[in-house]
Amino acid sequence: MAEIQLRDLWKYYDDVAAVRGINLDIEHNEFIALVGPSGCGKTTTLRMIAGLEDITAGDISVGDRIVNEVAPKDRDIAMVFQNYALYPHMSVFQNMSFGLKLRKTAKEEIERRVNLAAEILNIEELLERRPKQLSGGQRQRVAMGRAIVRDPQVFLFDEPLSNLDAKLRVQMRTEIKKIHQRVKTTVVYVTHDQVEAMTLADRIVVMNEGVIEQVGSPEEMYDAPETLFVAAFIGSPSMNFIPCRVEANNGGLSVRLSDDLTFPVPGDRNDRYGSCVGKEMLFGIRPEHITDKRPHTDPTHHDFTSDVIVLEPMGIDTMVFINIGETEITTRSRPRAVSQVGETMDFTIDMAHMHLIDPETEKVL
Amino acid sequence: MSSDTTTLTGSTGREVGVNKVPIWRRRKAAANYIALLPYVFFALFPFYIMGITSIKTDEEINNLGQSPFWATGIATEHYVYLANNTSFFNHWFVNTLIVTVAVTIISVSIGTLAAYALARLRFRGVEVFGVAVFITYLIPQTLLFIPLIDVINTIDEVVPIRDTYWSLILTYPTFLIPFVTWLLMGYFKTIPVEVEECAYLDGCSRLGALIRVVLPMAIPGIMCAILFSITLSWNELLYSLVFIQNETAKTISVGVITELIRGDIYYWGSLMAACFIGALPIIMIYGFFMDYFTSGLTAGAIK
Ligand SMILES: Nc1ncnc2c1ncn2[C@@H]1O[C@H](COP(=O)(O)OP(=O)(O)OP(=O)(O)O)[C@@H](O)[C@H]1O
Ligand SMILES: [Mg+2]
Repeated sequence: MAEIQLRDLWKYYDDVAAVRGINLDIEHNEFIALVGPSGCGKTTTLRMIAGLEDITAGDISVGDRIVNEVAPKDRDIAMVFQNYALYPHMSVFQNMSFGLKLRKTAKEEIERRVNLAAEILNIEELLERRPKQLSGGQRQRVAMGRAIVRDPQVFLFDEPLSNLDAKLRVQMRTEIKKIHQRVKTTVVYVTHDQVEAMTLADRIVVMNEGVIEQVGSPEEMYDAPETLFVAAFIGSPSMNFIPCRVEANNGGLSVRLSDDLTFPVPGDRNDRYGSCVGKEMLFGIRPEHITDKRPHTDPTHHDFTSDVIVLEPMGIDTMVFINIGETEITTRSRPRAVSQVGETMDFTIDMAHMHLIDPETEKVL
Repeated sequence: MSSDTTTLTGSTGREVGVNKVPIWRRRKAAANYIALLPYVFFALFPFYIMGITSIKTDEEINNLGQSPFWATGIATEHYVYLANNTSFFNHWFVNTLIVTVAVTIISVSIGTLAAYALARLRFRGVEVFGVAVFITYLIPQTLLFIPLIDVINTIDEVVPIRDTYWSLILTYPTFLIPFVTWLLMGYFKTIPVEVEECAYLDGCSRLGALIRVVLPMAIPGIMCAILFSITLSWNELLYSLVFIQNETAKTISVGVITELIRGDIYYWGSLMAACFIGALPIIMIYGFFMDYFTSGLTAGAIK
């Protein structure tokens, strides 16, 4: 059993605080994706779990024991590095069996496990090669194989796919998912690609400037972000944010997005937003919730018209850029319903998916 | 353009294989080799003179009417003289060999550990320590030998090491360890830390990771350190001259100049024969390990 607990974890590099008091409970066999912008402390957190970095304050426990003072070699953790870090002077087989050999595993057992991992990863023909004779994708597989054969309590991945080209990245993403389904272990997976996080993880942890912004399932992160940062970070293309004013009118609330554009707030949110009446707020809506005009009966759907500024065809859908007030926003329409650039177009907005953000605290209300 | 060059090369241009290598590439290669010629000549000329002089008879050497650049026959008398009348083969050569091997083993092993520590460990004062090592290396031997005499004399009161090669085995590392440390420090820094960290996670202790992962990856750098160490100890003159007076304890470099030059009389033939033999091992080692040597040199130099 390998739950991981991080308790008030701090890390200072000299006087730079890389990680500022994070708390996290990772369950047994859970796949956790750690995402956030560059420099937010993802790698540092991972390295502290692995034992490669000293902890400034706080506790890390793996299983039931606190591992703050346990050497990396005794933590039973395997890590896949961004640059793979294969042993260049060993063959693929030796690379994969190195950890087992150090643990004095019997020879037949080593062979059995290496062959099994090689089969899972489809690298059986490469076992005799040296790392420099492999392609990037193959090296990546060997690096994973090296971790798999050990059957560790915890897998750590530090942006394992970021050195691969786009196509291979998607392929390996699926591969990793399959492997996790087959080889159940606790996984902490660092990435700054939020698509990777959404597709792979049981739960996503969004970090920013050394603190955890929010933890939740991919759906929660997508539908109910708690902060402006998470709302902006999760989703691609990202959520639109429009400065707005909340107004009260005959029993209900509405948001004014520009001089001539106001939309009523769904009735069940009146209590939630009641205190904001008259204040300048940020209105958040994802591109797919503003579409070409469609017939609707739902009271949360509203129509409006705007000029098309730019079109970005994506195949299945077309991104339509329009101006609301001073703000340029992205909307998502079916390609055949789209007007030409410069012409006007009718849209439907689904207010059930709106978010209201307090610009002072940057919290989603 | 290409048809022009074909007509220019004429009939020889039709030979097999010529068409496969583009003409500009061949020209470039030729230019490179021609550019190297003066250097090769410059570097090999002393060696040639050494060899050619050592196989001349004394009469031929002293005959000013004859060109010094070639010999009329092969005379072995100087080599025979070295063998019968001096301690060249049975003492000097052996002493030099013992000192070189011992000093290289000592310097490279201590220097490797020191370099690893300075490159990887984050202890207090690591940078000051690194600079200190470098400064030690900068102090000229010509200054250092004076206090070292005192050191040797003090030790000699307890264990007799003066006038033996032990004094050299003890003193050469004083300049070789800083040298090796500095050379390998740069090399270790070029080895990705992640590979080493992977070894820790795979179950290695720090020493285990050093032996099983870091050192195998550092082989070019270590070969380079070994070669430099061998060359510097083999050719060392000053300490050897200062610490050893006993004829049978001398090394080649000192033996040659003290025993084959008497006052203002130079025994040119034997002198050249001794130098020729003395230079051979170094040349052979470089010949064998040239590949390691160059790759080690560039890899260490980049960082
Ligand atoms: N060895 C170090 N010494 C000093 N500061 C460091 C060190 N390693 C990281 N930092 C700092 O700590 C902060 C967090 O770094 P970290 O490597 O954890 O970021 P990251 O989230 O992994 O970023 P990226 O997505 O770019 O890999 C950064 O501000 C970085 O500059
Ligand atoms: Mg990182």
